[in-house]
Amino acid sequence: MVSHQELQVQEKREVEKKEETTIPARVFVPATDIFETDQALTVVLEMPGVDKESVSASVENDILTIEGRIDFSKYEGLQPVYTEYNIGHYARSFQISSTIEQGKIAADMKDGVMTLVLPKAEKAKPRKISVG
Amino acid sequence: MIPSFGDPFEALFAMQRALDARLASDWMGRGTAGTGAYPPINIFQKEDDLVVILELPGIAKKDLEIQAKENTIRISGRKAINYDERASMHRRERVSGVFDRTVSVPIQIDPNGIKAEYRDGVLAIFIPRAEGEKPRTIPIK
Repeated sequence: MVSHQELQVQEKREVEKKEETTIPARVFVPATDIFETDQALTVVLEMPGVDKESVSASVENDILTIEGRIDFSKYEGLQPVYTEYNIGHYARSFQISSTIEQGKIAADMKDGVMTLVLPKAEKAKPRKISVG
Repeated sequence: MIPSFGDPFEALFAMQRALDARLASDWMGRGTAGTGAYPPINIFQKEDDLVVILELPGIAKKDLEIQAKENTIRISGRKAINYDERASMHRRERVSGVFDRTVSVPIQIDPNGIKAEYRDGVLAIFIPRAEGEKPRTIPIK
């Protein structure tokens, strides 16, 4: 589905850190879509400039954490003359329910967009209840 | 100029500062930039030439079009997001639609020498400066 709406610029959001890092470099929040089907929860994150070797996703204590690192060595020798956005690594985490089969999470990365499919555990799938 | 890349953490911070310092600078001249239009652009100088970089995550290469005429570059395309219609949305932050942006750079360029590369959701357009525009060193007699 392509809407013919004109695209608007979304200001890149910065991660609000609980702890300060020693290096004051900025980290950005990837724009994310999350949707649920009967089978799985799917998380789609936009991280332009991140290839599939530079991204990591982990689940610990029901927290899904995604980190993406850009290869900024590509900018070596480039002198900025006019800019409208800044660049940096990406990070985001979500609280997920324990009804996810954590061992079966699948990830895919294409055109700077990461898709994570988190399958639901058998007991968490919806059941139709028949009225007797 | 972005300093040395010896320390990667310091280098990233230095680059972020360098990008901030040029935020909406007047290099483009008046009214040609279309600031605020999608997609946002960054323009760099590499020796005599220009490199324009845009973030276009999730756009198929075939849905991107780049045209060049005189000193104007036009970048247009469409971004499609397809999800299962039966899915229930929890969060919707990504946007889809069409875009069309024209950028006029304040130098003479060589439209035939323009090269573009799209990788990992980032479009880089390499724009060579026109031969007649390149600075020449004038020997002193």
